[in-house]
Amino acid sequence: MLTKRIIPCLDIKDGRTVKGTNFVNLRDAGDPVELGAIYAQQGADELVFLDITATVDERKTLIELVRKVAHAVNIPFTVGGGISSIADVSALLNAGADKVSINSSAVRNPALIDQLALEFGSQCVVVAIDTRFVNAAHIVHTHGGRKPTHLRTLEWAKEVENRGAGEILLTSMDTDGTKAGFALDLTAAVSGAANIPVIASGGAGTMDHFVDVFTTGKADAGLAASIFHFKEIDIPNLKQYLSQQGISMRLTS
Amino acid sequence: MQTVIIKYNAGNVQSVMYALDRIGASYRLTDDEVEIRAADKVIFPGVGEASTAMAYLRERGLDKLIPTLKQPVLGTCVGMQLMCRYSEENDTACMGIFDIDVRRFPQTAGFKVPHTGWNSISNLRGSLTEGLPNNAYVYFVHSYAAEVCPDTTAVCDYVRPFSAMLQKDNFYAAQFHAEISGNVGQRVLENFLRL
Repeated sequence: MLTKRIIPCLDIKDGRTVKGTNFVNLRDAGDPVELGAIYAQQGADELVFLDITATVDERKTLIELVRKVAHAVNIPFTVGGGISSIADVSALLNAGADKVSINSSAVRNPALIDQLALEFGSQCVVVAIDTRFVNAAHIVHTHGGRKPTHLRTLEWAKEVENRGAGEILLTSMDTDGTKAGFALDLTAAVSGAANIPVIASGGAGTMDHFVDVFTTGKADAGLAASIFHFKEIDIPNLKQYLSQQGISMRLTS
Repeated sequence: MQTVIIKYNAGNVQSVMYALDRIGASYRLTDDEVEIRAADKVIFPGVGEASTAMAYLRERGLDKLIPTLKQPVLGTCVGMQLMCRYSEENDTACMGIFDIDVRRFPQTAGFKVPHTGWNSISNLRGSLTEGLPNNAYVYFVHSYAAEVCPDTTAVCDYVRPFSAMLQKDNFYAAQFHAEISGNVGQRVLENFLRL
C-alpha cells in the first residue's frame, strides 16, 4: 500500500540549516549533510533542501552542498531556491538532486513549468505554493511569503498540475512557524482539486498535527523543519505513532 | 569487475552513480558499444518520457545493442519500460526484451497519478529480491506501468497490480528507483552486482 510520507525540510542559508518563525529570526540548526544522512537512517521518506535566501539575494543554490547531501543520502532529495531556468535545473540534477522545487519563477513565468516537465519529466518538477489568507481569499505569495500575487491558491494549484507539475508543496504562511497545526481546510481543498500529490507544510507542532493533515487535510506527505532539527519530534516515534493511528507508513529505513 | 551505466538522456544518472559509490562499486558511464559489450554488468537507468528516450537510443543504435547483451543488464524506471514491448506513453514501440506492454494508470478516484512515494512489493522471487522481506517498501514515481506477466518477479499494487520487477534470462528490471529506495534499494543493487 502506498504510504504517506514524512519529509524533513532543510532550510539553508550560507550552507547551514536554519528555520525561524514565519521565515524571519533564523536560528542555526546544524550541518545539512549530517542532518540529511541522519534523517535518511531514521526513516525519513524524502528530504527537501530549500536555499531560502536564493530568490531574495538572487543567489544560485549552492551546488557543492547539494552534491554532498545527495552523496550521503539514499532517499529522494528535492532542491529548491533561486531556480529559474532549464540550465539551473540541469545543474542541480547533475549534482544529484532527484527533483527541483520552483516557486517565484513559476509565478513569474508559468511556461517554465511546461518547459521543465517536457525537458526532465513531471516526476522531478515540484511547484511550491506559499499561500496566505488575505481579504477572505487564499492568495499565492512569493519571495519567502513576503510578496502577494494576483493568483488564487486553488486556481494556481490546478494550473500548475495542468502545466505538468508532478507534485505541489503547499505552505500556509498563516500557520508556518506557529506549531499550532497545518492549514487543514486549505490542504484538503488543494489535495481534492489536484490529481497530483500534495505535500503539506507549515504549522506542525505535535504528532497529532500529522494525523490531522493526513486524515482531515488529505495530504500525501507532511513536511516540517524545526521540530525535527531541534528533536522536538523524533521521526521513528512519529511514524510509529501514525501507523498506530491507522495511517499507512514505511516503518523501516 | 567492470560495471557500466549506459549514458543517455536519462535524468537520474547522478543518483545511480552516488548509490554505487555508497556501496563501494566502481563503474563507468558510457555510450560506447565496445565498452558496453565488454562490461561485466550493465545498468540502464531512466527517467523522463518514453518516446524521447527511445528516439535517443535509436539515434545511437543502443536500441539494437541492449537486447543483444549477454551479461546481466538492469533497467530501472523508464529503463525498465523501454525494455518492454510497447509503451502507451506517446504510442512508443520499445525494445521488446520483456513480452509485455506498459500502460498508463487508469483515472480512478482516490489514486493520484503519477504514483509517487513508497509502496510495498510482494510475491518476490528471483535473485535481485534475495534478503528482502515480503512487503518491503521502495520508492516509485511513474504514470505508466508494465502489467503482471510470467516474467514478473515482484508485484506492486496501485489502482491494480503491476510489475514492480521483471526478470528474463540475463535481463533484470525494476520500476522503482532502487538508487533512492533506502536500504532496500541498496540491497537490490548489491544483489545485482553480486550476480
